[in-house]
Amino acid sequence: MLQSADAKGVLAGEHYLDGDWACAEGALAAGCRFVAGYPITPSTEVVERFSRRIPTVGGVFIQMEDEIASSICLQGAVWAGYKAMTVTSGPGFSLMMEHIGLAVMTEAPCVFVNVQRGGPSTGLPTQPGQADVMQARWGSHGDYELIAVSPNSPQEAFDLTILAFNLAEEYRVPAVVLLDECVGHMFEKVVIPKPENIEIFARRYTQQPKDGYKPYEVEFDGWIPGMVKAGEGYNFHITGLTHDEKGYPAMNAQTQEVLVRRLVDKIRLNADKIVRYDEIQLEDAEVVVIAYGITSRVAHAAVAAARAKGVKVGMLRPLVIWPFPETRVRELAQRVKGFLVVELNYGQIFFEVERIVAGQAQVRLLGHGGGTVHEPEAVLDEILRVAGA
Amino acid sequence: MEAAVKTTKHNKFEGKANHLATPLLRTERMPHIWCPGCGIGTSVNCFAAAIEKSKIPTDKLVVVSGIGCTGRVAGYTRLDSFHTTHGRAIPFATGLALANPDLNVVVYSGDGDLSAIGGNHLIHAARRNVNLTVICVNNFIYGMTGGQVGPTTPERARASTAPYGSYEQAFNLPKLVETCGAVYVARWTTAHVRQLARAMGEAMKKKGFSFVEVISPCPTLYARLNRLGDGLDMMKFFRDNSETRNQAPTYELDIALQGKIVVGKFVDRDAPTYLQKMNAHLSNVLGERFTRWGEPTSDGEEAY
Repeated sequence: MLQSADAKGVLAGEHYLDGDWACAEGALAAGCRFVAGYPITPSTEVVERFSRRIPTVGGVFIQMEDEIASSICLQGAVWAGYKAMTVTSGPGFSLMMEHIGLAVMTEAPCVFVNVQRGGPSTGLPTQPGQADVMQARWGSHGDYELIAVSPNSPQEAFDLTILAFNLAEEYRVPAVVLLDECVGHMFEKVVIPKPENIEIFARRYTQQPKDGYKPYEVEFDGWIPGMVKAGEGYNFHITGLTHDEKGYPAMNAQTQEVLVRRLVDKIRLNADKIVRYDEIQLEDAEVVVIAYGITSRVAHAAVAAARAKGVKVGMLRPLVIWPFPETRVRELAQRVKGFLVVELNYGQIFFEVERIVAGQAQVRLLGHGGGTVHEPEAVLDEILRVAGA
Repeated sequence: MEAAVKTTKHNKFEGKANHLATPLLRTERMPHIWCPGCGIGTSVNCFAAAIEKSKIPTDKLVVVSGIGCTGRVAGYTRLDSFHTTHGRAIPFATGLALANPDLNVVVYSGDGDLSAIGGNHLIHAARRNVNLTVICVNNFIYGMTGGQVGPTTPERARASTAPYGSYEQAFNLPKLVETCGAVYVARWTTAHVRQLARAMGEAMKKKGFSFVEVISPCPTLYARLNRLGDGLDMMKFFRDNSETRNQAPTYELDIALQGKIVVGKFVDRDAPTYLQKMNAHLSNVLGERFTRWGEPTSDGEEAY
């Protein structure tokens, strides 16, 4: 189902963009033709860019009355047959939680962008944070799995936004692009490839006949039902209630077991295929730094400084942060001395790493409340502490 | 009448199978969840009649509901149908209608869903004149959760969370949506089935934001808590206390507890839809660079 990108949305060439703009360009390149948004710092530049570009590409930008409306408006567009996205930051992301659950339950492929700022509440609107990582994973009620990516540069904001759209289609889940304020507002060179060099995962429509069509009959990869769009005569029903293959509400324990287990397992059991991560000098590492987003760039400097002092340290940087690269962390835990998790919160991915490592190695956290980034020296000190140097 | 009796003589189900609503219903999902005497089923009958009589193409007709008793309508209609989240049927429907302008999108939901939790979306969709038909079944109370007070509960009426009677001002929904920009506004009760079906048909054919309020009995909760009898008693009340006043000014449409109910078609005006305005404006500003979205050039755009 891979095909090259629709040339209309691809601004091929070398550009000087911030992460928010690069995210908007990534969405256009991925085939997104519908964005519903609501202004909120530091994410607004994404929708500003999209609203300027989309009239020439062909599509719709609508600024909704709030984030609740945005986060369901895009799902209407999905069922009309389009790739769609909404964009927000912390407080708006909190308002969107119910509709992340709706997208999970109805298996509507779509993308939520959260340019993270300091929280809780109104917090630090113009300054960075990484404290919504667990909210992305667990914020909506009920049991579910989704996919989230964490770019650390404007180039990656472009690349991983495309990846988010592709994975959303492949697994029929909402995918979250977890930017942070620093990456969102950082200007760097971004290379946008030619459309024929951009791989797009096209929506997989049902192969069933219209008569007796079952919207939730598994058709692809053993997990994924075929999509359908409104107005084509299928007369299908979609509900946020627990539903059977016909899409009809069936509120009982057996249907819940079949449906919710599939929703969870289609991600969990495919996690090794979904994860993407970057490894830096892990071959001989005794200490593994785990960092993502802007923090990974600070941590990278500290890793280089520690290497210069002869410390065997490397870095594991998740690009797809949900599902987490559990298998790789478990392998590393067998042979390394310890892990250092560096993040702009007081311990979120830290708990995930601690769970996976399960006492096989030391796991330390270098947390930070946000508002700025860590000092590389502070990261270096912690690396030395874990190394026992 | 006699002919109908004859056709049903050999098979007591034959008449039912031939009922005009049958093709519209997911009959395999019957029986429905609505209580005896509830008006929602009557409204669905009118909806079926409207589709039949107004010859609305059903392949392009989509029903979107929120949550609540009326929220279940989507699940019973044999159309592309979406049962969304509480209060959010309108923004979901907005996404459908803007992404595919060929669709005829109907939001079918209750008064609490649309005007309390969904009130913000109601006013903004009307303001934008999104091409939607909103059918609001107003039974003055939250039914599914057990008879709680809502924004349409008349003052003095009792509800399970207003055990001594409500003391809040109720919404006058036709006035609200007219003020916000709706191009078609009507109100009928479930005792006015022909008028209601006609209004639904007109609303579905109208380009822009149309609103049909359906005053409906809730015998199980509203009638019981307020000692108004059963569903039939409420229907008799509607029949005897409704006053048809087409074009009535919407500020005269407040409904008091067991007071007069003014019904009719109050607003029917033309205004460019969201997409017509978007296409007209952006092609003016951007010229050749603009890629049109959906709407054909000829469709009302020049008027704008």
